[in-house]
Amino acid sequence: MLRHKTGSVTEELAVISPSKLLIQNVSKSFRGTAGDVLALDRVSLSVAEGEFVCLVGVSGCGKSTLLNIIAGLEKPDSGTVLADGEPVTGPGRERLVMFQESALFPWLDVLDNVLFGLKLKPNLTRKDRYDVAKYYLELVGLTRFEHANIHELSGGMKQRVALARALAPNPRVLLMDEPFAALDALTREQLYGDLQQIWKARRKTIVFVTHNVREAACLGDRVLLFSPHPGRIQEEFAVDLPRPRDINSVDLAGYASRITRALKNFSGSELAVAE
Amino acid sequence: MKRILFSLVFFSVLIALWEGAFRAKIWSPVLLPAPIQVVQYLENAVTDGTLFHATVITMRRLLVGYFIGILGGLPLGFLTARAKIFHDTIGTLALGLQTLPSVCWVPLALLWFGQSEAAMLFVVVMGTLWSVVIATDTGVRNVPPIYRRAALTMGSKRLHMWFKVILPAALPFIVSGMKQGWAFAWRSLMAAEIFVTILTGFGLGQLLHYGRELSAMDQVIGIMFVIVVIGLLADKIFFSPIERFLHRRWGTSQA
Repeated sequence: MLRHKTGSVTEELAVISPSKLLIQNVSKSFRGTAGDVLALDRVSLSVAEGEFVCLVGVSGCGKSTLLNIIAGLEKPDSGTVLADGEPVTGPGRERLVMFQESALFPWLDVLDNVLFGLKLKPNLTRKDRYDVAKYYLELVGLTRFEHANIHELSGGMKQRVALARALAPNPRVLLMDEPFAALDALTREQLYGDLQQIWKARRKTIVFVTHNVREAACLGDRVLLFSPHPGRIQEEFAVDLPRPRDINSVDLAGYASRITRALKNFSGSELAVAE
Repeated sequence: MKRILFSLVFFSVLIALWEGAFRAKIWSPVLLPAPIQVVQYLENAVTDGTLFHATVITMRRLLVGYFIGILGGLPLGFLTARAKIFHDTIGTLALGLQTLPSVCWVPLALLWFGQSEAAMLFVVVMGTLWSVVIATDTGVRNVPPIYRRAALTMGSKRLHMWFKVILPAALPFIVSGMKQGWAFAWRSLMAAEIFVTILTGFGLGQLLHYGRELSAMDQVIGIMFVIVVIGLLADKIFFSPIERFLHRRWGTSQA
């Protein structure tokens, strides 16, 4: 511990401890206008420490519900979620969520948004928090914009800030709910690269929800396919490609088309029934 | 620079027209004094201290009542936004009483509190309170749920959530409610001061009233001018900067 003297920021940043997630028999139904809808039907899944798992399915298949349950924002009707063996009972900064819309606070500037979660973390001095926030802003490439107002940023920049804000309190799990869905293709491709790089630097357990198969194949160690009505995990693909991955590579396209075929197989028929 | 020039020209023309009307003797000078007479009245009122004294008394009534109204209105608005039971009771009451022109509180205030400062305060508080309750309620209801969810995952709860998330998120609504409350309070206080002589202090409204009693038109116009200037200053010094800040932060267009 020779580097001890360099301050607690280095220490704070040195802590990298991704969680192990265990989801057991989680069910959840919602009261809809046309009776109860079973959003999740006895879903079980385990995610290893530092693993990047993508949940893929058509809209309304319950994948976002599962994400919210892992986050502790919603309670399952039955079943349990364990993070490192401890049951999840409510939201907490060990498992931070990045939403589809940025959910950044418009009354704060960029830096204060990133500081928001840090200020709620105990045992840090003012300067530590400031330095940590700066570190993450640099990681997402937005140092120049630390005092910009949120509405002045482009969609891609907003999601970068949201990523920095989610990473800053150093959560053990990062939950991402279609974070890039609203962005244009070019910006998205850039963010795929950046996210892989950041994940390499700040090893997290990531659960990533998307309906974009290519995106899932590009980012995930594993891709889980959800079927709707009721929400279930139908199939699982391990993506065994070296990183960093390029979304336009031929190998990746091969995986994507296999996954798409599987997705069509079961959701095509289910969708026909639903409609 | 050009804008200031245009304003200056506009108001100079206005005063010139007034002076012209006075010289043409269309109306009796009792009804329409010359601009210079009004200036002279104001000069005298400033030097003998009556104007300053009256302004202090009026502003004290206004500010004390206004801040009581805000301090009461904010928590009540939070309550009505958060719990159905409060919404159906206090919320409905606020909605009903807000439609009541606040000057209508004056007779009741006089019977309850007599010709006292308490009556004045009551009228101002009633003018402010309900606007702030309703604006806060609307503001809190319009906070996108995703802000709460994001804050929850970062460990924000209870008081921290209220002060660091919900209050700032609802601020644009709350500020416009405060502005409306200010306008209501200011109008009702003037009405109350004109109607009622409160022996513990003569405010601007009372000066206006005695101007009429004495048929001193220079005093009436002079005091009206002061009242207008106070209203403008409140807007320019207090509300405008806040609104400009909100527009800049939120990126909403300048109203």
